[in-house]
Amino acid sequence: MSVLVDKNTRLIVQGITGREGTFHAKGCSEYSKQFGVDIVVGGVTPGKGGTTHEGWPVFNTVEEAVKATGANATMIFVPPPAAADGILEATDAGLPLVVCITEGIPVLDMVKVWEVVKHSKSRLIGPNCPGVISPGKAKIGIMPGRIHKEGTVGIVSRSGTLTYEAVYQLTTRGIGQSTAIGIGGDPIIGTTHIDALKLLNDDPGTEAIIMIGEIGGTNEEKAAEFIKANVKKPVVGFIAGQTAPPGRRMGHAGAIISGGEGTAESKMKAMADAGIHVVKSPAEIGGMMAKVLGKA
Amino acid sequence: MKIHEYQAKEILRKYGVAVPAGEMATTLEEADHAAKELFSAGNAVVVIKAQIHAGGRGKGGGVKLAKSIEQADEYSKAILGMQLVTHQTGPQGQKVQRLLIESGSAIARELYLGIVLDRASSQVVFMASQAGGMEIEEVAHKTPEAIYKEYIDPAIGFQPYQARRLAFKLGLEPAQIGEAVRFMMGLYRAFIETDSSLMEINPFITTKDGKLAALDCKINFDDNALFRHKDLKELRDLSEEDPLEVEASKFALNYIKLDGNIACMVNGAGLAMATMDIIQYAGGSPANFLDVGGGANQEQIENAFGILLSDKNVKAIFINIFGGILRVDVLATAVVAAAKKLNVKLPIVLRLEGTNVEEGRKIIEESGLKFQVGTTMKDAADLVVAAAKGVK
Repeated sequence: MSVLVDKNTRLIVQGITGREGTFHAKGCSEYSKQFGVDIVVGGVTPGKGGTTHEGWPVFNTVEEAVKATGANATMIFVPPPAAADGILEATDAGLPLVVCITEGIPVLDMVKVWEVVKHSKSRLIGPNCPGVISPGKAKIGIMPGRIHKEGTVGIVSRSGTLTYEAVYQLTTRGIGQSTAIGIGGDPIIGTTHIDALKLLNDDPGTEAIIMIGEIGGTNEEKAAEFIKANVKKPVVGFIAGQTAPPGRRMGHAGAIISGGEGTAESKMKAMADAGIHVVKSPAEIGGMMAKVLGKA
Repeated sequence: MKIHEYQAKEILRKYGVAVPAGEMATTLEEADHAAKELFSAGNAVVVIKAQIHAGGRGKGGGVKLAKSIEQADEYSKAILGMQLVTHQTGPQGQKVQRLLIESGSAIARELYLGIVLDRASSQVVFMASQAGGMEIEEVAHKTPEAIYKEYIDPAIGFQPYQARRLAFKLGLEPAQIGEAVRFMMGLYRAFIETDSSLMEINPFITTKDGKLAALDCKINFDDNALFRHKDLKELRDLSEEDPLEVEASKFALNYIKLDGNIACMVNGAGLAMATMDIIQYAGGSPANFLDVGGGANQEQIENAFGILLSDKNVKAIFINIFGGILRVDVLATAVVAAAKKLNVKLPIVLRLEGTNVEEGRKIIEESGLKFQVGTTMKDAADLVVAAAKGVK
């Protein structure tokens, strides 16, 4: 089993005719084709409706694309000035899953977007995220598919490359993954650690969970409380930014320690207190999970 | 992006928010002229304020009250050009290159106003406190109940009743409430229209004759929104920032200078942070944070190399790449080209994984350069820490 994305996903790509949109639409298509389906059904680029791009039908609006293709998910590669609008358009079209890869959306745009999305039927993943993959089935996002292996460890992470890191450490140990969810590095994101943990906790195909956080905000602390109260599955945790100076934005817009809030220390303590197996080094994530699963 | 107090106050003025009369000066002549004007306009006190981006300027000797033009000139001379050390500048301090010459205020009460993004609620929150003039983080930590908050519905924005509620909680006089509401509404408009990420008035004062004013003001803009504010972008003062960070930002590289001697080049912010962590865990000390980003091309990686090599503390370089968007072969080609072009003498340890990794490793192997390649992140961290210590 898995969550969010599988062989029944019918994906459109907003910004499919752009360089990144094209590259990763192909990536998602090719990944799912290895397992007998092609989840990519079309794309949206305003003004290019009616044309085809790399064999996919292109539509002017998300609404048209959904009507014509029966899409149930979208992946957004629209540039930052228009990405918030892209999320709203996907939400308005009623798509159940909206994955926004775009980095650099103004935060006040996201404040407005979230006000709409939280009252809608859509689940937003990101923005500023690598997407979601259910190995052996399908992926929506920019992660390298080949490092993954189908299995039973669920992953939730704020960072793209750190997610790949964790996945790779698992795969090289022969441990597969159910679904890896990159929730994104921005201060305002649709699906938080807690939301992703709920999904993985309820998924019978997920046996254990890796939770990767980073400095900034207090979502990891809240997620730790949630785990303590609700999650029986073993959880391995890592927090990036233990050596980050306060008051500096470490690449991700959300990765900043401000007003004494959001330190790695506070998050690691909360996670350890919740019974999470917290590792100090990013190189130990896979090893710890192997140990927890009795596969070390 | 951070701006100076005098720039922040100019923005407030445009939104009808009361600030003391004042002028910015970059020379002693300008400072003298501005002080003379303020004294001749009837001000008994003129304030000389150092303009640097760090807080805590008063305690560091960067803010002085002058009662005569002679005194004003004396203070201007002392402050302009000084290395001002505050708890936010680090021990080396920050050189004062601008002054704000401002009319003194007869302060009755010192209060606090602030507007920030509240990540927990994903809303903008307007905060007020009677504990003005203090470090608000400390107030929030010790007496959170002393900070009043109004969460703002993004659909309708900050409402007058919310401003009124805050004004009453601040204990303002009935006659001041109307002015306080206008003050706060103006502040909120400024916050939204400039795409700020932080706006703080500390202290927000009442004067002995019952007026309100922003005695100090701090504004940070959302870097992600600067594309739609060309005018605000021009307020950036590069002399306040680390020269290498300024250089890096020209190439859209996320670079932050740190104190260690192992330079890192990483793709992805999370992995870049984790790379710093693992260097420390392996017994070394990171010289920087550097995320070359998802779409880095050869030229950009050469630029990144140039910046890392400009840091004279650097003894070894750790390149940690996990290819997602950025393909490993592209990175490897760029690293080889840049290392040859710049004739890099420092030891370089690479750790490569991800899309097209085999091609990438082959490019490194066939380069003829003496790179060390770690198979895992831990191996690579151990190798680079040893290299920085001069161990072969």
